[in-house]
Amino acid sequence: MNVLIMGCGRLGARIAAALDVAGQTVTILDINSSSFRRLPETFQGTRAIGNGMDGPALERAGIRQADAFMAVTQGDNRNYFASQMAREVYGVKRVLCRVYDPMREDIYHAAGLETFSPTSLGAQIMVDMLLTKPAAGG
Amino acid sequence: MYIIVGGGGKVGFHLAQELLQGNHEVLVVEREQTRASAVADDLGENVLYGDCCEVATLDAAGVARADLVCAVTGDDEDNLVMCEIARQRGVPRTIARINNPKNELLFKRRGVETTISATQAVLAQIESELPTAEMIPLLQLHSGLELVEVKLPETSPVVGRRIRDILLPSESIVSLVVDPGGVPRIPSGETRLNAGDALVVVTPRENHEMLREVLIGSTHGLDT
Repeated sequence: MNVLIMGCGRLGARIAAALDVAGQTVTILDINSSSFRRLPETFQGTRAIGNGMDGPALERAGIRQADAFMAVTQGDNRNYFASQMAREVYGVKRVLCRVYDPMREDIYHAAGLETFSPTSLGAQIMVDMLLTKPAAGG
Repeated sequence: MYIIVGGGGKVGFHLAQELLQGNHEVLVVEREQTRASAVADDLGENVLYGDCCEVATLDAAGVARADLVCAVTGDDEDNLVMCEIARQRGVPRTIARINNPKNELLFKRRGVETTISATQAVLAQIESELPTAEMIPLLQLHSGLELVEVKLPETSPVVGRRIRDILLPSESIVSLVVDPGGVPRIPSGETRLNAGDALVVVTPRENHEMLREVLIGSTHGLDT
């Protein structure tokens, strides 16, 4: 699968590395070249510099060949905007969007995106940890 | 009509003023406190301090009963999100200011009416029509040399050619090529030029016009 990832933060870099190890074709796009330091040295994929909300930059990063697009920058609205560009303008089949704000997640999801909110999932996991699991050592 | 305006900058403020004079019920949502209170000085109670992309803020503004939402912040992504929230809350009509004219298609696909900001439209016009916009003097060097930036239009005769194959005016050197994505390269003779590349060229001042002719093409834009 050909995957384009927008945002090389901690999450983006980890996703890129994991997909790369899994044998997928990965391009990671970030506005800032220094963000690529988060990628492991063994990363085989492509690093592209550009603004993911800009059509020409997405095209240079190969969005027309992408089977999947993942928006994982720090900005919920930026992720939404780029995801809808991928879906509506470039017809990418799978579009996954990270959203911090759980209320906005509902809106984005209803607008046709596959969404992931680390806030609501993280909260649920931590509550479960505290209430249902025994204390781990340390 | 009940109209919610997202963004209390210059555009939002004047829009709200006009709408109030037309006897509409208007609420401006502005997320910067100083700007929100400045707008409130003029518009009184018709301002809500908050983020117009927050679902909770828009619900508090009574978005579900709004007849129209106008998203006029300076950020296209914020405008798109505000209109999407409004649409899902049942607002029958949404209008967004788009700051980058290239984004028009996306807004249309999402069912948002658009208006291009006048400033942007004028700038885009200037950039595409005026020859001066394609050749910008950057710095005067000693002994009559100058550093200029030349942005290659699609119609440039050197697009697709290698630097070694281009006959530049004497004492002119292409010292840097910045591609449309903003990535700089130090060019060699083998470097091929593309439309949208910005070249930084060292050239004697008297060779300006020759350089323009070689890199941009003659009389480009002068016949309008």
